[in-house]
Amino acid sequence: MKVKSLMHKVMGAMLALPLIPSLAHAFQSAPATRADYNGWTPHEHWDEVWHETMVDITVLGVIFALVTIAFMVMYVRKGHGERGKLPMLSPQAKLGWVVIPCMLFLGDDLFLYVKGFDLHNHMRNVPTDAVEVKVTGSMWNWNYIDSNDIDSDNELVVKVGTPVVLRMVSDDVLHSHYMQRYRVTEDLMPGRITWQWFMPDQEGESVVTCREYCGTMHSGMYGTVKALSAADYDAYVAEQTASVPSVTGVASAASTADKI
Amino acid sequence: MSGFMGHEPDGKPGQPKTVKEWVFTLDHKVIGVWYLIGAIASFVVAGLAASAMRLELGSVGPDITDNGDIYNLWLTMHGAVMILGFQIPALLGFVANWAVPIMVGGKDMAFPRVNAMSVWLLWSGILLALMNLVIPDSYNGMWTGYPPYSLTDAVGNTALYTSVVVILGMSSVFGAVNLACTVAFMRCKGMGWFQMPLTVWCVFTANVIQLIFVPVLAASVLLLSLDKYLGFGFYNPEVGGDVLLYQNLFWFYSHPAVYVILLPFMGILFEIFAVSARNDVFNYKATVWSVIAFIPVSSDVWVHHAYVAGLPDWLRLLQTFTTLLISLPFGLLMLSLTGTMYRGAIRYTGPMYWAVGAFFMLIIGALTGIPNALSAIDYGISDSYVIMSHFHYVMAVSGGMAIFAGVFFWFPKLTGRMCNTLMTKLTAVGFFIGMNIVMGPLYFAGMEGMPRRYMDYQMFADNATIVSAQHWSTIGLYITFVSSLLMIVVWLHGAIAGEKCTNPNPWGSESLEFTATAVIPGQGNFPTPVICPEGWHPYNFIDNPKPEFEPHPGHTGGHH
Repeated sequence: MKVKSLMHKVMGAMLALPLIPSLAHAFQSAPATRADYNGWTPHEHWDEVWHETMVDITVLGVIFALVTIAFMVMYVRKGHGERGKLPMLSPQAKLGWVVIPCMLFLGDDLFLYVKGFDLHNHMRNVPTDAVEVKVTGSMWNWNYIDSNDIDSDNELVVKVGTPVVLRMVSDDVLHSHYMQRYRVTEDLMPGRITWQWFMPDQEGESVVTCREYCGTMHSGMYGTVKALSAADYDAYVAEQTASVPSVTGVASAASTADKI
Repeated sequence: MSGFMGHEPDGKPGQPKTVKEWVFTLDHKVIGVWYLIGAIASFVVAGLAASAMRLELGSVGPDITDNGDIYNLWLTMHGAVMILGFQIPALLGFVANWAVPIMVGGKDMAFPRVNAMSVWLLWSGILLALMNLVIPDSYNGMWTGYPPYSLTDAVGNTALYTSVVVILGMSSVFGAVNLACTVAFMRCKGMGWFQMPLTVWCVFTANVIQLIFVPVLAASVLLLSLDKYLGFGFYNPEVGGDVLLYQNLFWFYSHPAVYVILLPFMGILFEIFAVSARNDVFNYKATVWSVIAFIPVSSDVWVHHAYVAGLPDWLRLLQTFTTLLISLPFGLLMLSLTGTMYRGAIRYTGPMYWAVGAFFMLIIGALTGIPNALSAIDYGISDSYVIMSHFHYVMAVSGGMAIFAGVFFWFPKLTGRMCNTLMTKLTAVGFFIGMNIVMGPLYFAGMEGMPRRYMDYQMFADNATIVSAQHWSTIGLYITFVSSLLMIVVWLHGAIAGEKCTNPNPWGSESLEFTATAVIPGQGNFPTPVICPEGWHPYNFIDNPKPEFEPHPGHTGGHH
């Protein structure tokens, strides 16, 4: 009887186990500014969570595989008449082999969920100083109109250090705007405006591709994000606004009612 | 129906003799074989499409075609035919039809004529799908058929897509009703619910999922054709429709459909693991409940296919959590498979080679699903090779190997002959290595940003990881291709010239399809109705009482 009641207590305690990571997280105050995410940009934060998730699943997979391989090597049939000798489980053991693994899986799920929730908050809350770029996808072209009314196709030029929010809509079918360096993807569709934001943190070029199947030239629908230093960016804006007529009318047609 | 096509169950061993008997059969085993032939034919067609794409992707720039429409046709055929023509018919057609009625000790399916209807619909659907390769306006909108693209002229024949999906869906629903009734009402005397083999439980649960969700899929694709040809506008924002409605409806079915495939193939693994290890399935009852738990758990996770589709953020976070919860029942199934090895007496037969490969690939496939479940991680890898590699590990590598393991496992009961053991094992090893070289490197290409459904990747031409991953993946294709081809040759050789089977139970199973039938089970499966004695269990390998038969032959009754 004593053993049974001890079992119940142990299992009761196991039920509380998955709460530990979430409770630990609850004691942290919710980060409000960029500095609170260890100074990470969203894509650095993404890399960090990705890395932790990879370690997590690798450890789980290796343990699982090693145990199974050990069994498969240890328990090879010796004689023709040999039978497996899996021990009979007591009712408590049967229940325990459900509850304890489930609590462990749930614990790991919640651990990852909290990490993902945190990253989600980071990637889905646009900083107040972000500049806005309007993106229109069409078969098979990316059109950008930035905050200086500069209109360009398949090349998005941004300033290092200034967060950028893209407000996106499609002219025809579904497209998906993916920026390799900034780890963000969001679909574009007719009839709804979607958005994504990113933080250019280094000078240089990186790839933009379409990630939603959109017909014959889907794989030809790619472009570039060019991140320039403040001085280069100002020179670029001066050059563009001098040579290109204003497209304010087009820009306001694509403007959005909802504010972040 | 008495006497029709010799269907009256008499338990005489052997296959039908005439072409007429083969074609107009009502025997669940022959119908099962028809399903298997359809599935293998689909596997060949879709496999050839995959091979063509892999060759094209072998290096930057055009390799065998520079025509996007042709590539997209291969892509569409590969996905649609593999899922709708190969995996679901192999599992819910072949395994469900051939194995399940015998496993529960029934003389046939509950409704043999409905069963014939299902397989005729399947073949109509497959032939209709193959017509896509020859018609001028071939459909290239992928198996997902997302609007608004599928509403344009560029996509080709949307009506063909709708028809194929609806016909195959009807086949599935007929089959699901039939199988659920068979499991519920055709079980032999003495077999309780918790004495059914896990294959039966898995197929039964998968069919319950089909019954709940297939109608939603049928409706969602029917609305596509109503939109495109009759101007209804359900999905057309220009007239007040919503493109996201389709994605919600489609994935409401199509994520559960993943478990329609996963559960039966794990059922095959349970069968082969238990028989090979001559061991009880670890924690059998809990395993059964884990299988059943997939019904509610699979129903509330569809948004993880649309994390980046502009749905509300709270919904993404909610379904991240419900998606992670799948790990509970799934983890218990994996634990049970490993536990079945514990203190076992394992013999590595041909089917066991395939099953072990499937099991280890399932570890990789399942765990690589976890990052995809996190909405925030998905922002970086959505629709990339990461997700493509993940679901191919689950469905193509693990699911494919498990299906083939099942074919090798029941092969002696289908043909009365054995496949060459050495070649069975060699093809298993070849397929395992080949598919890992195909799919492993692509995971790393995905981490570098390689999008799926691309026919070329010149924007990543200076990315060494992507270029070499694509290169190695194409080398892996040759190994997989040769192994798959050899596997089919092994089956053909086994069926025609394989060693004749004298033992009706070559693997030493305790399940009724091996212990209570002739080498090739005849019409009605058992000479007289079978009875499971007190204490009988399909996974009791130590002191299992032998199945008994009712004494009066000819007293079996019809189906009315």
